[in-house]
Formats: sequence, C-alpha cells, structure tokens
Amino acid sequence: MSQLNRLARGGRIDRSRKLSFTFNGQRYQGHAGDTLASALLANGVDIVNRSFKYSRPRGIVAAGAEEPNAVVQLGKTEAAQVPNVRATQQALYEGLEARSTNGWPNVQRDLMSLIGKLGGQFMPPGFYYKTFMAPASMWMTYEKYIRKSAGLGRSPMEKDPDLYDHLHQHCDVLVIGAGPAGLAAALAAGRSGARVILADEQEEMGGSLLDSRERLDDKPADAWVAETLEALAAMDNVTLLPRTTANGYHDHHFVTLHERRTEHLADTAPVKDGRRQARSRMHRVRAGRVVLATGAHERPLVYGNNDVPGNLLAGAVSTYIRRYGVVPGRKLVLSTSNDHAYRAALDWVEAGREVVAIADARANPDGELVEQARALGIRILPGSAVIEAKGESRVNAARVAKIDPDGFRVAGSAETLACDTIASSGGYSPVIHLASHTGGRPTWNDDILGFVPTLVKGVSAAGGAQGVYATGRVLADGVAAGARAAEEVGFAAAEVRLPQVAERRDGAAVALYQVPHEKPTLRAPKQFVDLQNDVTAAGIELATREGFESIEHVKRYTAMGFGTDQGKLGNINGMAIAARCLGRPIPEVGTTVFRPNYTPVTFGAIVGRHCRDLFDPERYTAMHQWHVEHGAEFEDVGQWKRPWYFPRKVDGKTETMHEAVARECRAVREAVGILDASTLGKIDIQGPDAREFLGRVYTNKWAKLAPGRVRYGLMCKDDGMVFDDGTTSCLGENHFLMTTTTGGAATVLEWLELWHQTEWPELEVYFNSVTDHWATMTITGPEARKLLAEVTDMDLDRESFKFMDWREGVVAGVPARVFRISFTGELAFEINVQANYALHVWETLFAHGEKYGLTPYGTETMHVLRAEKGFIIAGQDTDGSVTPEDLGMHWCVGYDKPFSWIGQRALSRPDTKRSDRKQLVGLRPKDPKVVLEEGAQIVFDPQHAIPMPMVGHVTSSYYSPTLDSGFALAVVKGGQQKMGESVYLPMADGQVHEAEIVSPIFVDPKGERQNV
Amino acid sequence: MSNVATFDTRTEAKIPVESPLAYSYRRSGAPAPTAKSRVVLRERPFLGHLVLRGGAIVLDEAVREVLGVTLPGEPQGLVHDADGRRSIQWISPDEWLVIVPGGEEFELENRLREALGGAHFAISNVGGGQTLLELEGEAARELLMKSVVYDVHPSHFPVGKGVTTVFAKTTVILRRPSEERWELVVRRSFADYTYRWLLDAGDEYGIGVER
Amino acid sequence: MLYIHCPYCGELREEEEFHPKGQAHIARPLDPDACSDEEWGDYLFFRDNPRGIHHELWVHAVGCRKFFNVTRHTVTYEILETYRMGEQPTITAEHPEGRPSRDAADQASLREGVRA
Repeated sequence: MSQLNRLARGGRIDRSRKLSFTFNGQRYQGHAGDTLASALLANGVDIVNRSFKYSRPRGIVAAGAEEPNAVVQLGKTEAAQVPNVRATQQALYEGLEARSTNGWPNVQRDLMSLIGKLGGQFMPPGFYYKTFMAPASMWMTYEKYIRKSAGLGRSPMEKDPDLYDHLHQHCDVLVIGAGPAGLAAALAAGRSGARVILADEQEEMGGSLLDSRERLDDKPADAWVAETLEALAAMDNVTLLPRTTANGYHDHHFVTLHERRTEHLADTAPVKDGRRQARSRMHRVRAGRVVLATGAHERPLVYGNNDVPGNLLAGAVSTYIRRYGVVPGRKLVLSTSNDHAYRAALDWVEAGREVVAIADARANPDGELVEQARALGIRILPGSAVIEAKGESRVNAARVAKIDPDGFRVAGSAETLACDTIASSGGYSPVIHLASHTGGRPTWNDDILGFVPTLVKGVSAAGGAQGVYATGRVLADGVAAGARAAEEVGFAAAEVRLPQVAERRDGAAVALYQVPHEKPTLRAPKQFVDLQNDVTAAGIELATREGFESIEHVKRYTAMGFGTDQGKLGNINGMAIAARCLGRPIPEVGTTVFRPNYTPVTFGAIVGRHCRDLFDPERYTAMHQWHVEHGAEFEDVGQWKRPWYFPRKVDGKTETMHEAVARECRAVREAVGILDASTLGKIDIQGPDAREFLGRVYTNKWAKLAPGRVRYGLMCKDDGMVFDDGTTSCLGENHFLMTTTTGGAATVLEWLELWHQTEWPELEVYFNSVTDHWATMTITGPEARKLLAEVTDMDLDRESFKFMDWREGVVAGVPARVFRISFTGELAFEINVQANYALHVWETLFAHGEKYGLTPYGTETMHVLRAEKGFIIAGQDTDGSVTPEDLGMHWCVGYDKPFSWIGQRALSRPDTKRSDRKQLVGLRPKDPKVVLEEGAQIVFDPQHAIPMPMVGHVTSSYYSPTLDSGFALAVVKGGQQKMGESVYLPMADGQVHEAEIVSPIFVDPKGERQNV
Repeated sequence: MSNVATFDTRTEAKIPVESPLAYSYRRSGAPAPTAKSRVVLRERPFLGHLVLRGGAIVLDEAVREVLGVTLPGEPQGLVHDADGRRSIQWISPDEWLVIVPGGEEFELENRLREALGGAHFAISNVGGGQTLLELEGEAARELLMKSVVYDVHPSHFPVGKGVTTVFAKTTVILRRPSEERWELVVRRSFADYTYRWLLDAGDEYGIGVER
Repeated sequence: MLYIHCPYCGELREEEEFHPKGQAHIARPLDPDACSDEEWGDYLFFRDNPRGIHHELWVHAVGCRKFFNVTRHTVTYEILETYRMGEQPTITAEHPEGRPSRDAADQASLREGVRA
C-alpha cells in the first residue's frame, strides 16, 4: 500500500531508507526516522484499536507518551512478545510486527462493539463493582471473559531471549527532558563542571524544537538543537541518554531511568561485535539536584464523539507534519481555546491541504498566529467550538456552534462542516507526574489554566513543566534552573549565551474543558475524557450524582487515569468536569496522585541480571565440588547450598531420600559419618571483657569456662524468647570462638554489636566474623576416634581429650582446631582447618575412612539424629515465642548470675510464668509407620465440635531408623506435665493421628554414647 | 599473649590448596584475555588477611613500627607500603584490614601483638575466608557501575580509597590502589557468585580472566 | 530509597547498605529487676509512632557496622540529621529548626524530650 498521507518533502525522516513492517498482518512501508504511529498515519490506517469498555474504533490521537489509543502488542515470535507499547514511542525498524491489543476477533469487525451500541447505560461507571460482584464465586469466570474481550496485551509464553541490566549512576545534576528547557539547563549545568545526566524519552533529543515554526538566532530551531547536542556531547562531565524515560522519582533524588537500547533496531537485541548486548537498561540514578524539564501535554477538548478516528490533538497534527512529513487527513476543522493551536492550521495549509474552519472559543481572537491564519484566508469562527464529531470509523463532519462557556450551553444553532480531521486544543497541562511521585501536591495556576508542580527541596522545574511556554522564556528558564542546580551542589555557574528568539504576541487563552452540547451531558453523544479507560463526561457526572465528591473517589469509581495511562490526557479535563458538577472551583477539587511508573517498563529491565543463575547468591563451602561430584542433593539454608543427602546407586537404582537418610543414620549410629558443618556462623571474640559479655548475652554461665573447654549456649532477646544457640569455646582467658546457627550468623554478629555499641560500650571486647576462614567437618559415630587417629598424632584419649574439650593439632598435615562436641549424641570430633586446605583434609579422611564405613551425610540425617536426641534447631523448634523454660532447658539458665542478662527479667513476667504455655515435648505416633506432618496442629479432644481448640503444633518430625518408627518434636500447652497422655492431629484429608506425649530425648537418654 | 590463643593456620608442608575461585574455574571456566578484552579479571589468592581492631592512636604506633606505614585514620583510607605489596585499609573507626603477602600474616600478628602489649585490641586472621580480585582495563569502571551501588567516578573514588559496599546481592570491599586497578575483597563463600556475576556483566566488554 | 549520611564514614551512602533498628534512645533499664512488670513491658513493647520528626536507630550494616541515630521526618522522609551513639539530636519535634543554643540547660531539657 502506498503512503498516501506522506508529504513529498519535509520532516526529519530518511527518505532514502525504506522500512517495511506489518500491522495486524497487513504489510506497510515507512521510513527510517518514523515512529510506528507516523508510519501508520502515513499509510492512512485510521483504526488502531478498539476501546477498552465500549469497544469503539479508535485512532491515533497524540504523538508522544500521552497517546491513549495506539497501544500495541509487538513481536514477531512468541518469545519476543512485548505488550503495552505506544506506537507513538516505538521507532520503526525493518520487519517490525505489531498488532492491536484490543478487538476480538479483530479491530475492524468487533463483536464487543455490539455491547457498546446497546445504549450508553449498559456499562455505566462502577459497572464492574455493580454487575460482577455477585455471586463472588463467578468473578473468575467474568474476569476471564472481560480480559479476553478487553484485551490488555499479553505476556510472552516463552523464555525471553534478551538480557537486561542495571547501571548505578551518580550525578550532580539530573536533567529530565531534552526540549528547549532541558537542553538549556544541561548546557548551563554542564559548563559549570558539574556531573550532568540529560535523559530524554524520545528517539531524538530536542522536544518541541523539532517541530517548531520558530527561528533561533535566525536559524531553524532544530539547527540550534544540533549545535547544542554537539556541545554537550563534547563535555566529559555530561552523559546524554536518549530513548530514556524517567519513570520513577523516589526519595532523596533517587530516579529510575529506563533506557531502551535496542528497541529501535529489532525485536531482540542484535549481537554487536560478537557480544550480546542488553536490550534495555535501568539506570538507578542518585542525583544531587534534579531539573524537571518534562514539558507540557496538550489537553484535548471534550466534545461529542471526540473518540472517532480522525480526532487528534492540534499539536500532534503539527508534529506529524513537520517532524515526520505526514499529514493525517485532507480536510481539517480546528477547535481551540488558545493561539498556540493555530500552528496546526498553518502547517496543514503549508502541507497543501484544506483547512475548513477554525472554531475558536474566544470572542475576539487576535494574536500573531491568528493574524497569520486570517491572512491565509482561513475561515475563523469566534466564540465557537466543535460540539460533536460525525462519522463511525473516521470523522466525516464536525458540528460547530457558538457556545457560552461560562453558562455551559450552546448559544446558537450548529453548522455541520464536512471534514475528515478534527484537531482540538484546550490548552496545556505541565507534565507534573515526576514531581507528584515525590509527594508534592500540585497547585492550580489560573494564569496558565493548569496545575503546576509543588517541588520538594533539591528539585526544580523549568519551561513547560512549570507552565512557561514562550520559547525565549523557556530557554532562559532552563539556563537559570541548570545554573542554580549546579551552584547548589558547589559549582560556579558559567555564562551561557542564549539564542535570539523573536517574542511572539499571543492572545489570552480561555478556560474550556468539556464543550457544551445541545443535549444534557447524560443524553448527549459520548464525550470522552479518558480514552484509554473509556471514561466519559457523563460517567463523571453520574459519579458525582451518586455521591462521590472526592476526586480520588471519582477516579476509583470511574477508573479515570488508571493503568498505564496515568491520566496524561484526561485527568485535568476530568477534574474540571467534576468541579463543574459539584459547583466547586478546580483548585478546591484538586488532583489525584500520579504514581510510578510514568510509562510501562518491561519486567526485564526491572529484574536486570538478577535472574536465572544470578537470581540470588549461592554460597558454597570449600568442599562443595566434592559434594557435587558425589551426587549430593542440596538444600537451601539461607543462601548456602548444603548437602541434603547423598543418594547412592544400588543395583542401578538411585536411592530415595528415605533410603539414603536411613542408611546415613545407621552409619553414624553404628560406624562413622561425616558432615560438612562449615556453614555454621563463627565469631572470634577477643578482649578482657569477652567473658562478661558472653554472660550477658547467653542465658547460662560463662564465668568458669576454662581455656580448652567448650560450652553450649542459648541466646534470648530481652523478651525472654530464644532466638539462637550454639557452642562457644574458650580459646584463651580473653579469647572465645562463638558458633551460631547457619542462618543466624549475620544476625547474631549484629546483635552482639548492637549491645556493645548502644548499651555497654565500656566493655572491652571485639567481635569479628571468621565464618568463611574456617572449614568445619564433623566426624561422628563409634568409629570416629579410630578414624581421626589415622590422620593425626593428637592425643585423642577419652580422659585427656574429653567431651566438650577442644585441642589444637595437625590433621592430615594441616594445622587444625578439633572440638569434641556432638550434635548427634555419638562420639564426635569437629575438625576446623583454614578453608583453603579443606578439600585436602576432607579427601584424606575418606582415603582412610573406607575401612570404617565412613559415610557422608547431609542436613536431613543431621536433623533426624539431633531430633532423636531432643536437640532443638533455633528457628525450627522455636519461633520467637518460646522461652528456655518452654524448651525444658532450665539447666541452661543461670538464674543467679549477677548481671541481669538479656531475657532474664522477662522470664518472671506473668505471661512467661503461665503453666499452660506451649512447651517442647516428644511425640510418638501410635502407628509407628506414621511420620507426622511438620506444622500439623494438635488437639486434646478430636471429638470436639469444629473449630477445635488447638493446643500446639509439630515442629520437627522424621522417621527414625534407630527406633524403626516415626517420631516428632512438638510444642503442646502444658505439655511438660502431660507425659504419657494422648494428643490428636486432625489432618486436612480427614484422617486423625493419635500420638503419645513423651520425653523429647528418644535415643540414649543418659548421654553415654557421646562420652565413649 | 597468653590470654589470646594465636594459631598459625598455615603449614610449610606440601599440601594442595584451593583458592576460593578454584571451584568456579572448573565450573564456569576462565575465558582468556584477548586483544579485544576491555577488562581483565585476576585473582590474587592465598594472601595474608588480618582484621585489626582497636583505637587509632594505639594501633598507629604499632603499625608504623611493624609495617612501616601510617595507619589510615581517615574514613575510606587505603595505604600501601613502599613496595606496594602490603596494605592497610580503614574499615570502621576501630577496624582496619591488613593484606600482606601470603605466609607473612602469622609473624605480623605476633609482632603487632608484641608491639601493642597490654592495650585493648584484637587481631583476627581471616585469610582463608576471603580472596582478592583485581579488575583492570578501560571498561573496569563501567563494569563496577553495573555491580556496586557506590559511586566509582574518579572524582568520588580517587586512588587510595576503599569502601565496604553492596555488590549485586552480596557485599564487597572495593579498593582503588592505582589509577588502572581496582581490587575487590570477596568473602570465600560468595566468591563463585561474584565471579559468575563479573563474567556475565563483563561479557559485553570481552572480559578475560588471567590465571 | 533513602540516602543516609553515616556519621562514622562521613559520607552519604545508599539505603541498601543500612538496616533500620527501630526507635532510637530506648535505653535498657539499668536494674531490670527493679522494674515493675508494666515498666518492663513498656521498655520491651511500646514505641512512638509520630507523624513528623522521629529519631531512629540505624546500623551501617554493609559498611562500618556502626550503629547511629537518624532524625527523620516520617511524612516527607527527609533526614534532618544523623548523629553518633551517645549524642543527642539538635532537631526535635519541640525544636524543628534546631535547638536555639547548645548550653548545658538546653542539653538537659532536650534529654528528657527524647526519652534518652
């Protein structure tokens, strides 16, 4: 198809480069430099979508981020699908494939439009709330149907082939927007020597200057843009980021910028110099000062059928003609409240097309542009406006009438003017979205008939963003803002010469939002306020009649400004209409809050490279490779990967976890097993007050622990609840090595520092993490001593190296600290060596261990063995509501220690003294084959009516090969006094398990095996 | 001395050692640097790392005497001895990181303990628990911008500075010993994650690994 | 994302390097056993939740590992000052523009004001 609307000359496109693309399966051609929108208009494509609610045909309205209709689905292949792309922001590239997101089965023939035609009341505001609320169970069905028919774009069903990343940026001055204000601000800040980032969302920097009729220094405006960009690019301290949208303005000038790096080139990022490149990049910018040079969005007028394709913003008409060489129709009617919009008519005439008339809401329009239009012989209808568009899939006429804006009525008879395009302008709204993100409520300014941003400290607005529109003043405003920002962060402003711009004489604009119609709003043809969400003036009026007075409530009731649109085009008109209906002035009604993101951001850019293998750190011990090579299954413990169990191949079949764990447990109880315990937290504590400090943070006593000895310790918070445990060894009189749980290492270190730094700075003690320095391997089982003796000449005699002793020695040729402590109840030695030697020591143990049946075991076996002994895991058997007494660990509480240690006082509070607290007990299921579910709730009386009083829950539960039975640890109300009694565990499937309350120590209650 | 148990965790015996990146080289490989590599990564394994805790004044005297350098008393300070092989870095108002050639650390600890006498201080050997990675090349700074939240612009991060900061989803001690070179002190258990991150983020600069 | 001046590092640093630790100036009673259950309960569980100026305890967890205090406005999130452990704020709800002078009497009345 030919580009019937493409002008023979003009525009910034490269006519020598033709690009072909498809839209809804139809092939078209455009040029390099086109956006998808300009290329569609060039090809005369009127309908780009169906509307969200009423399914009305919609065309392109705007030329930038504010476009509400031309939201398309992009991508040739399934994996490359991108939803929510504005055709006005998508550069054309060879082979681009786009589709409408709405319209079922297609945009031309749409089943849903039937609903839209069945009277305006079928889907009134609040429709979803009113219609689909009951019965609630049907919502899922309704939603599926609504989604399918509404279409909101869709995510790809295949893996994204692209990569994305983040860049942490820091600068003195961040300038957002590279129109005249932004360029001037960047120039001023850059010349001062400050580190400057200039970001602009469009394909080309320059903003309004790229389609301006004005001359700067008597040259075309874009010549000054080119010069300025060249000057900025030459400055080392200035970073230019085109195709980069500032989407979120967060606290303390932290701004997220979304840079589309290859979206203008292809579906997926092309390979460059043999390397993959990031498709898009999130710049996480911390700025000293921010200049918002985000410009203004033109407001459309709200008149009947203003959504029919062929209704455009006046400024967009100029942009398409001057920047892209596309004139989007043949016969134009312009409806305006201000002078600036006359550009559209002048550009239209220069493009060689007919301007039927200009309806100007003002009684006596007389500015310079008005005079130019008169001089061209254009018919101007003062005191008038387009009150209604005619046509279905394209405008075919405009009904124009005299209006009385103050009385909100049509003041004369309407004239029908044949045309195919209606351009409208109700003035300009500063783009205040980013300022809104910072929490500043915008204020209404009567001079510019718009909201201007309220700015927090450190941010300024320049040019259109604060309602300054005349080019000369915008440039001066930009320079001042840039210079001031740089000065505020300590740079001396340098002089910037501004180009000469002839001051244009503009007549005053008049306030016009909704245009009156002969019929009252509720019966007039639909007058759209928010095109994306299908919100009409009648809908807003209805909402106010139904009692919604706050603009925030009107927004939620009507959906105005929802979703990806964020009210760019419609919000101000909507507020003005609400204000009219409520009989209150606009400033009193106020505005809603704009939220991040300003435009949709792909999830890829948010995730960056924090995905797949790099989603989260995986921490490995020094023996990790051995575990991998020996077939370990791994368990995540915090960020650590710990061997969970080591399944063997038996007769060509891999053991199940149950089989592997049973075998590993037997090996430890009957021979010898080995565990990689390197992940336990280790804290080196030195200082004359180290011992005193331990006494304060542990529940038990530390005063008499001698060098060479080890003790188990329990740690509480000051509310008396257990939060960590571990062994601490006395290395020297002033020197201790504390171990913590794997998950608690960082928390415990911070906890010690908290108390030392905030409460007891006078104690002379230092804490340092040595977790990663040492690798720890535990050999445990009856044969552990014999095995260790083969690789060391240390004295391992049970009398000289007792249980709870530690010794220094050489193991497998490596200096080691060996701790005789046990978490299994068996004889055990924990060997600690510097991690770089660990693999050698581990392998040496295996070289000697085969004859003893040395068996590697993982965390699952460790859990079974420790639970058989009633040893708790902090964080599994405790949950922040369990005291040492609840655990039955009175033996680990130093009630008579001189210092009131952390948690002691709380143990005498009435709540912690209750006899019906949940207490740790053992549970023996009546059926030994049953392994209770961890987390299962416990009741005393299974016959009790539902809801049954729940008296506790299972905290740890396993099958014990030693007992040949399931067994569990649990917390039960008053459980310590209920030994031998039965409790019941009703399960979700209707089964009820019975279990007997027993001591939590199931194996070797006297603790003899670890002392051998 | 008797109140604190010092312990030489190294041995002169010929024992195979594994640096924190040993597993990573086997798992992820190590692309050799080429003429097109804009950034090069190099591990400096098996160095001696000591954490020094105490008051600045008392430590300064001992450090001057034993190491012959002034303790960096100002935040983020990093100083090297004359031949550049020994460094000491400010970590916190009462904490410094000393990095020396591997094998020197135990003797250094003993000499510092002797020099410090009865003062309140602590020295912890952490050499097995961390390793030092070097980044060099024109793209090194941009690679760091992808990875750390701290501002690495030369105006903010001159030579002789070092900080502890966030690296991707872990932490790192980042130092700038010279114009061309950046150093990352990485915890052993996070070394593989850090290495894989650097290879991934450095791919577009043709990152090479010198071994 | 706050930008927080660490008074020990002497620099502004990214929020990701810090952990918040709740209300500042909550001192543990020197003799817990002399506290009534109610007093001890107050110390353990009760905290202020002001709209406006608030004093918080933070730790530079990925940095110097030091705890320090932050005076922060809970509506604007503006950080008005940060100060070391053991120091008192100069900006409080009573003196949002900063204390008029630093003499001893002021210091004493201020201490009461922030429940130190």
